[in-house]
Amino acid sequence: MLPKWFNTWNRDNPTNIYGPAILVGAAGLAVTVAAFVVVVGQPYATDSLQTGPRGTGMSVPEFESDLSEADPTIAGYLTRAQISDDAIASISDEALQNLPPGLGDISDEQYAELVVAMRAWTGIPDLMEDPDNYQTQIAYTMVGMTQSVNENWIGHVQSNAEVGVTCYTCHRGQPVPSEIWFRLGPVNEAAEGWAAVQNRVTTQSQYTSLPSDALEEYLLNYGQIGVHDLESHVAEYPSEGIQTWQDAERTYSLMNYVSNSLGVNCVFCHNSRAFYDPAQVTPQWATEMLGISMVQEINNDWLVPLEGLYPPERLGPVFADAPKAACKTCHKGYQQPLQGLNVIGEWPELALVESD
Amino acid sequence: MAEYQNIFTQVQVQGTPEWGLETENSGRERIGKPGFSTLIGWMGNAQLGPVWLGWTGMVSLATGILALNIIGFNMLAQVGWSIPEFIRQLFWLALEPPSPEYGLSIPPLQDGGWYIIASFFLLVSVMSWWARTYILAMEHKMGKHVFWAFGSAIWLFLVLGLFRPILMGSWSEAVPYGIFPHLDWTTAFSIRYGNLYYNPFHALSIVFLYGSVLLFAMHGATILAVTRYGGDRELEQIVDRGTATERAALFWRWTMGFNATMEGIHRWAWWFAVLTPITGGIGILLTGTVVDNWFIWAQEHHFAPMYDGSYGYEAYGTTYQEFIGQESN
Repeated sequence: MLPKWFNTWNRDNPTNIYGPAILVGAAGLAVTVAAFVVVVGQPYATDSLQTGPRGTGMSVPEFESDLSEADPTIAGYLTRAQISDDAIASISDEALQNLPPGLGDISDEQYAELVVAMRAWTGIPDLMEDPDNYQTQIAYTMVGMTQSVNENWIGHVQSNAEVGVTCYTCHRGQPVPSEIWFRLGPVNEAAEGWAAVQNRVTTQSQYTSLPSDALEEYLLNYGQIGVHDLESHVAEYPSEGIQTWQDAERTYSLMNYVSNSLGVNCVFCHNSRAFYDPAQVTPQWATEMLGISMVQEINNDWLVPLEGLYPPERLGPVFADAPKAACKTCHKGYQQPLQGLNVIGEWPELALVESD
Repeated sequence: MAEYQNIFTQVQVQGTPEWGLETENSGRERIGKPGFSTLIGWMGNAQLGPVWLGWTGMVSLATGILALNIIGFNMLAQVGWSIPEFIRQLFWLALEPPSPEYGLSIPPLQDGGWYIIASFFLLVSVMSWWARTYILAMEHKMGKHVFWAFGSAIWLFLVLGLFRPILMGSWSEAVPYGIFPHLDWTTAFSIRYGNLYYNPFHALSIVFLYGSVLLFAMHGATILAVTRYGGDRELEQIVDRGTATERAALFWRWTMGFNATMEGIHRWAWWFAVLTPITGGIGILLTGTVVDNWFIWAQEHHFAPMYDGSYGYEAYGTTYQEFIGQESN
């Protein structure tokens, strides 16, 4: 088929064409891929939220595909406008009698709407029906807690805009909210002191080898979170009351938990070159400080006292303690719970303590 | 036709095993029957053994194995003697130093006591291995360069586990024995003392570490590149400079104006490597003893600049809603 002179020439000039072919093929493929990425855009595009001055590397990077996906639980939120007359009519008189304290002057219809909503938010179909039911009894306290959070911690729950919290912020349609926690105590056998509370895969250590008792120490026991000396030279030795590197590990454990809870990184709040320095933090740092105090109050004033009301299967596996809350119980991995959905605007009954 | 000559050694020697120098004690101390491995030969000498055990080797191996077993069995006890859990959590587990309240006293076994015992055996093991590098160099009538180089690593090891804890007055300051936990220590140590990156000795250590890597790459590449002219006979080329050395030197002099010599490059490499742990150890030793907050120390010494600009995303014209693509709120 090929001309004779060509075949002859080929025979006389044997050449390895495979080496160059592989080289040219590889180079060609690389050029094609590069051109594709330039023209079409890279398939894993990212966006970032700048949180500090240029040169500090302060930004929160995210995949655009993750950002474009809304929190799936937002769709499940029952608004006041969605409550039908039928649903209101279905609330029994017994339930209407079980008015939690603190709701003030509230009409039967308003209260019936609230009961419909609370049942949907918590996924408990007979909530408020039977005053002796433990869930109803706990709901009495929870209404007060919700009001307290909305009024007293407005600096945290409305730090950016009117958002607030309702039952749904934690419950998301589940009788037991996700991301609650219990006291763990020592996680290692045959060990005491610092060796006993760390180096294990637990949800509270967020699967790291950092201490597993950070939530208990800081969000229940008011432990000191800061570990730094505020002068370059300080005369002190590791002992009781002096913050050691072990304390820094526990603080790191808490901070890692917070960042996972909010789906952010260190530099969302801090300039990582000087974590302690209040002159180099973002406004979110102050919001977070309020949040820590709020969680301490939620746990100590509201959730721990409920211990006697729960059936045994709702108590902690180690100490049979009441379930507790922390950042992730509300935030569920988002910067703002329900991505900043305003849940309190249409529920003034829950917005203020002793609302009238 | 291109010839494969990248990663693996091109020349292997296999034949009658080479026993090494006959010295006064070599007959008694050398153990093991020499063998050959083609696989090993791809990366180094194809001959394996014999090993000069000696008393240092005996002590080092025995105490090292003891230390490793104390650490391992403590980890195993922590997971309730469950082998599957031990394997699953191996990277998380650790033998931790004592809690701070024990200071420099001997703590209970389960709160750092085992750690002290393991550390003691590890110390004996490392020091007898150090002696080994001296004795074997002596046996070969060599210089003691390896001994001193290993000594610089031991300096850092001793600073971390012995000198600094004593200066701080607490064994609790030592580093845990565990894969992730020793990294946790490193991070927590840096954060506790206000960011170790502002510690100038830490910076020097990084310079020498990365510098060592760079020098090693430059030297390895240069020698491989002039092997065809006999450049791999480096020691000979030091005193009897040939075209290999001339070309290598000329290459670097034309590239950057300066070149090391066939002898000097090894002094560069040795000092860069040795200074890495020496400067690092000084930095660690000063931390918590002399300086308690490196960032503030850096501010006092005017090398922690303040940045222009505000903190918080609000200052950069963004909102959270915009970021997640829900501008209408």
